[in-house]
Amino acid sequence: MASKFSKETYLYWYELMQLIRQFELIAEEKYKMEGKIRGFFHAYIGQEAIAAGCMTATKPDDKFITAYRDHGLAIAKGVSVDSCMAELYGKATGCAKGKGGSMHFFGKKENFFGGHGIVGAQIGTGTGLAFAEKYNGTDNVVLCYFGDGAARQGILHESFNLAMLWKLPVIYICENNNYAMGTSVERTSNVVDIYKLADGYEMPADQLDGMHPETVHEGVARAVKRAREGGGPTLLEIKTYRYKGHSISDPQKYRTKEEVDEYKAKDPIALVRDVILNNKFAAEKDLEAIDKRVDDIVNASVKFAEESPWPNDDEVLKDIYVDQNYPFIVD
Amino acid sequence: MARSIAFRDALREAMSEEMRRDERVFLMGEEVAEYNGAYKVSQGMLAEFGAKRIIDTPIAELGFTAVGVGAAQNGLRPVVEFMTWNFAVLALDQILNTASKMLAMSGGQISCPIVFRGGNGSAGQLGAQHSTAFEAMYANIPGIKVVSPSNGYDAKGLLKQAIRYEEDPVMFMESEQMYGDKMEIPEEEYYIELGKADVKRKGTDVTIVSFNKMMKVALGAAAELEKEGISAEVIDLRTIRPLDWKTILESVKKTNRLVIVEEQWPFASVSSEISYVIQKEGFDYLDAPIRRITAADAPLHYAPNLVAAALPSIERTVKLVKEVMYLKK
Repeated sequence: MASKFSKETYLYWYELMQLIRQFELIAEEKYKMEGKIRGFFHAYIGQEAIAAGCMTATKPDDKFITAYRDHGLAIAKGVSVDSCMAELYGKATGCAKGKGGSMHFFGKKENFFGGHGIVGAQIGTGTGLAFAEKYNGTDNVVLCYFGDGAARQGILHESFNLAMLWKLPVIYICENNNYAMGTSVERTSNVVDIYKLADGYEMPADQLDGMHPETVHEGVARAVKRAREGGGPTLLEIKTYRYKGHSISDPQKYRTKEEVDEYKAKDPIALVRDVILNNKFAAEKDLEAIDKRVDDIVNASVKFAEESPWPNDDEVLKDIYVDQNYPFIVD
Repeated sequence: MARSIAFRDALREAMSEEMRRDERVFLMGEEVAEYNGAYKVSQGMLAEFGAKRIIDTPIAELGFTAVGVGAAQNGLRPVVEFMTWNFAVLALDQILNTASKMLAMSGGQISCPIVFRGGNGSAGQLGAQHSTAFEAMYANIPGIKVVSPSNGYDAKGLLKQAIRYEEDPVMFMESEQMYGDKMEIPEEEYYIELGKADVKRKGTDVTIVSFNKMMKVALGAAAELEKEGISAEVIDLRTIRPLDWKTILESVKKTNRLVIVEEQWPFASVSSEISYVIQKEGFDYLDAPIRRITAADAPLHYAPNLVAAALPSIERTVKLVKEVMYLKK
């Protein structure tokens, strides 16, 4: 089947998705086997096609903001892999100087606004990012990500209402991986089609297959076009699946191995790989070369993180206030 | 040239002057625009600045606070009005978990220059849910600053400072009962630095520390005490976080006695923190235990006598000062 998307796009998607996945696989190993990474750690594995499709449907000046499952989107936005790995290690060279950890990746110059740990809070904050874009008269848009669990928070409704009232350039992206920690979507609401929550605010909405960057790209591109043209927000419910538990410590007793395997059979990276080969965008050996490049980047990031220094102890009282003369209470 | 204007006018002048100076500043809140402000603080601002910059919101404190916080992270300088700080509790997640922590979590990349302001504390017989004073609770939070002025002159200078120069989130706490208070205020622009207490009355026998509308109690008590030959020094904190304890200590070195009057609940209150730091830094200067009058350790009730019984008063302050001076009566 001929593809609507170019060779370059497909190869970009493939490399980005592999980079995100290999980054997380090696990070998880460093967490579980070596204890070098600690804290809550939420893997994006299985959801990479969303990051890929969103990247090609937006431009660098567009802002991304997400929750704590943030590694994939930070890397997609261009936050350096070295600084991401160093952040997981808690090192001074991390993308938040070792102050954020897995859940709080940030890259202001890459327009990646985090990395937020309170379920749903970034729906409101992201709406505010979009408010500033409109206020300043830019044509930038904000992609504001949250999970199916966050769709049940009150902030979603206040944000949707304000974004529609003021026609803010924000695309709300619900990455519906079917589980709010261990609670399936069906067990959280009478409304299981999350995109329908937009109806209460007469907000345009769409439900997309999140296992393929093509469908993600097309749906996001429609929403982005509307937002850039002043048409206001869109809610996109993107159906996806996380292969890993909610976090690294999740025993996953709420779902079967068969269910996970069923989704793994639809793996977005394998799918993109097939399209590339079938369309002769590249040969096996070219993809192997990409895989090798990705491995090199990821392995180098581990070396970088391991060799990087810890933050100095005096960083405890730094970056709390912009005001450099703030008189902290010290005893 | 000075002229006599109300506290609310001083706040409006502060916001308007800063909005004329800086396009990035805007005002958002419930009833701030077309209604001209629930307490008329923003009266006329819609007419001058237009609907883009004077923004009415629905009753959705969490939502519009989040919009302000996000806008501040993305280059604007919002002023968000809460009709009362009691309603800001709904928005606490955005203030505490996002605004106050953003600079730290992002390793210094993303700041949040935003001013939240509104009436705070009791304001007559409004019942339990409209009467809480929040200075101590917010002062507990690293990453933000807390301002609580007692008169229009200070309010204007402090608010201008907060909007123009502060790059960190500022909680600005007013009082519905002070909005009408008139005072001579210069026509020329001025700024007042945050974190500096102000000695509102010089004295030698005892130090009374207070802030916000309880300054009226403190100054009223000082006037009563003067009639009895007792000279009280009265310090207005103006900023709660950071706390200017050095000004208090300098006063205590002279008077050797400290009484604190505040409208907070007593547990972990502003007076608790002051008492800790003054016993630590000024132990040898104290001739009596540090004492305080706070609001009663209870929600504020409705009946007028219960309101009076729960809040600090001039009478009780005078009595407490005499106790720390070991005087009879």
